[in-house]
Amino acid sequence: MTNVENEATQQTEAGGERPKRKGPSRRLLILGGLAAGGGIAIGAALSPFSRLNEQRAMVGRPGESVLLSSLRIAPDDSITVIYPHADMGTGVGTALAQILADELDADWDNVRIERAPGETAFANGALGQAYVRGDTEIPAPLAGLSWLVTRRLAETMNLQITGGSTAIAMTGMEGMRHAGASARYMLTRAAAKSWGVPVEEVDIKGGRIIHASGKSAGFGEFAEAGLEYDPPARLPFKSKSAYTQIGKSRPRFDIPAKVNGEAIYSGDVRLPGMVFAAIRLSPVPGGVLESVDAAPASGRRGVVKVATLPNAVAVFADNFWRAREAVRALDPVWSPGENAQLSSAETIKSMEAAVRSSGLKKDHARGGAARTIEEAGEGAIERVYTVPYLAHAAMETVGCVAWMHDGELEIWGAFQDALVAKYQAAKTAGIPSDRVKVHHTEMGGAFGRRGYTIDFLDHAVRLAQQTDAPVNLIYTREEDMTQDYYRNASVARMRAVLGEDGRPQALSHHYAERHDPKDASRFPYDVSGLDVRFANGNSAAPWGAWRSVDHSIHGFFIECFIDELAHEAGQDPYIYRRALLEHNPRMLAVLDAAAEMSGWSSFSGADGSALGIAIKESFGTVVCEVAEVRISDTGAVSVPNVWVAADPGLVVNPDGFIQQMESGVVYGLTAALYGEIEFENGQVVQQNFWDYPMVRMADCPNIEVKVLESGARTGGAGEPGTPPIAAAVANGVFALTGKRIRQLPLSPPGAQLGA
Amino acid sequence: MRLSINGKPHDLDVEPEMPLLWVIRDVVNLTGTKFSCGVAACGACTVLIDGQPVRTCVTPVGSVSETAEITTIEGLASGDELTPVQAAWVEHQAPQCGFCQSGQILAATALLSQTPEPTDEEIDAAMTNICRCGSYPRIRKAIHAAARAQAETLRAAAGEGASNDER
Ligand code: FES
Ligand code: FES
Repeated sequence: MTNVENEATQQTEAGGERPKRKGPSRRLLILGGLAAGGGIAIGAALSPFSRLNEQRAMVGRPGESVLLSSLRIAPDDSITVIYPHADMGTGVGTALAQILADELDADWDNVRIERAPGETAFANGALGQAYVRGDTEIPAPLAGLSWLVTRRLAETMNLQITGGSTAIAMTGMEGMRHAGASARYMLTRAAAKSWGVPVEEVDIKGGRIIHASGKSAGFGEFAEAGLEYDPPARLPFKSKSAYTQIGKSRPRFDIPAKVNGEAIYSGDVRLPGMVFAAIRLSPVPGGVLESVDAAPASGRRGVVKVATLPNAVAVFADNFWRAREAVRALDPVWSPGENAQLSSAETIKSMEAAVRSSGLKKDHARGGAARTIEEAGEGAIERVYTVPYLAHAAMETVGCVAWMHDGELEIWGAFQDALVAKYQAAKTAGIPSDRVKVHHTEMGGAFGRRGYTIDFLDHAVRLAQQTDAPVNLIYTREEDMTQDYYRNASVARMRAVLGEDGRPQALSHHYAERHDPKDASRFPYDVSGLDVRFANGNSAAPWGAWRSVDHSIHGFFIECFIDELAHEAGQDPYIYRRALLEHNPRMLAVLDAAAEMSGWSSFSGADGSALGIAIKESFGTVVCEVAEVRISDTGAVSVPNVWVAADPGLVVNPDGFIQQMESGVVYGLTAALYGEIEFENGQVVQQNFWDYPMVRMADCPNIEVKVLESGARTGGAGEPGTPPIAAAVANGVFALTGKRIRQLPLSPPGAQLGA
Repeated sequence: MRLSINGKPHDLDVEPEMPLLWVIRDVVNLTGTKFSCGVAACGACTVLIDGQPVRTCVTPVGSVSETAEITTIEGLASGDELTPVQAAWVEHQAPQCGFCQSGQILAATALLSQTPEPTDEEIDAAMTNICRCGSYPRIRKAIHAAARAQAETLRAAAGEGASNDER
């Protein structure tokens, strides 16, 4: 099927016949996580250099040298780091460039960044290069993602994944470091040869290639000559103490264009003859369009066409407002299909029943917990928690531009994985993928929405097939909100038996709906018996990855329950957690740091506030959050302060990391306070920000972030800030009022507080 | 009809009920002003009309006076020279995805022109734009920083004025 798969097959059968790359690194790649989980072991031999010619053709510039798939060097010594990721607003390109520049000892003032084209040649930067180095395991967060499990690795190698907070860990700490070391290898050799000196005497410092004699040169001078050298798969990396770029808060490259209106998002794309499309999709997921009378739209000013899709009607016009007004004037007849009765209230009821049933699937279990709890009967502590469906609601509604012309398809848009977009568009259009070109635009937020749930791309392509003009499809906020792929609702039945000392002896966590990552339900505390089970299949609503995915759910369940156990044990919730985390020094350090920042031990609460704490490890990063909670006279919860301690192992751009922690807190707090999507009669009830409210400046806490670097494998930044906040706030409400919050959201204000 | 946007006159032949947002974006093709909610709930579409922040997604173009001066995000900087608000935004690395930021910057610009040194409460009251990336803490800091920068510029200008007088 794909090149990669062919290579993989070759590699597995013939075992390494590419001449220059023999050796231990060319072994079968066995993914730790996958092999253990499903026995999948797939061989792949991917050289980052094998496609260099193809890559050069795509990102080459006259006079500049494409040294590696991720690096172009210009005669003026400026270097462009080419990174195979979408920037979802996290500044990942800057951080990735820091890693490469560090390993190469480049001069930061000469560093630029460029998004790699959405082309197969640029797939797998991280996975491929990491593999070629030969000493790499795929980190657990990545291995746990379902698309890695359900799609073959060979196919995965053709992705440009951005999600699972893996960009830094994989592309960065593996791929970019290798690229930097490779460039160093190539440049120093080229210089040594030209200078007629042993390569051991040549080094790179501060962006200059230098020789012991005092001779020196910029990168530009030897870039072309460096291409002669083929760096080995394994190269030594700098030690942490020698880092000059990693650990520095470099300003993000993308920010200047975001303060002057220059950044182009897909709705901003302007092409000759382009039409704007406004769409109305079947209000019930899975429903189809029966019929529509085009007349109310057709005669309107600027309207070019009324187009239909099996599940939608759209209007093309010369500007978006005319298209939107026209499509609103239509009265389409829908056939709702099997989801006509879909009701979130009923779904949650069925989940409540499911978590009490006996037919649950095993997540993980040990130590006979089920029996201990059964035997304890009424003596077991039992609590039930519920979380609702959530929409992504990025500020930029979904949409993209599609243009079919001359048998080719061009796309302008923002996708978390540009290659998935390319293949999907090709499939939808029924043309080979090499006839599809994806142009990147900025991404106005995504939070998972633009990963593997890019139905809007299919719609744009199918609409583009009905005209010669480029089609700029823009969703209204209402369509964006009601046609999302939602974070699932979930219910957990948590039970525990405490010992004499108050520590849990057995714990059972039975929950509804399991998606990704598989470690999200992991109970981090010391307990001898665990029984974690789940029921899938109760939720018929469209599902999509939502910032931190299942961690957002289990962060609430586990951290609320442990807080309740602390209370049952008559202990301070921080001290209780502490005692149960003694086996995990990394989490303990983060817990202590957050408690200390918040002044936990000396917090008086005299002025009508209280603190709540929660900790969650996700995507390789441990985050503990302490929320200060207040309640107004009307019963509304407010959160004036949040203290965050986070350990991502190693931090590349501290300010960027801090920014992501702040972002994760605000995103999670919006969900905790206000977020709820409901289905009634198959349709989503919430339409816009007036009934799906957001945290704004006035209700945004002060957020203080402390970054710890334990040296553990580099974890993520974009997602791990989100999971703890809901529980921290709920626990704070308990500390303040004595009322437990077991259901989200906390709003409408005071609803559960009986104020 | 005729509108003045960023100091440039534009002759327009559009329905008077068309929201100003779409005139700016799709007729004049200044795309820095964003569409997000369409119902005046988020502020992404904010521009300044005679210095006042206006949510253009619900402002019929016909209601805008022909003599009004409209400022969009593209009209703030002169060349590469950023306004104090824009510079503070960069300094504090406020934007993430950036989609809300044109509106945020214009709302902050209007706030500072009326309240040169706003308190946190005044910022809370004036800055009601939504940012899904959660850049609020940085926006708050950036507004305070821009206020200081503006005050310094004013003091410097006053100082210069004084020395000019003396001369
Ligand atoms: S788009 Fe105008 S306020 Fe949201
Ligand atoms: S920066 Fe992304 S919405 Fe504000």
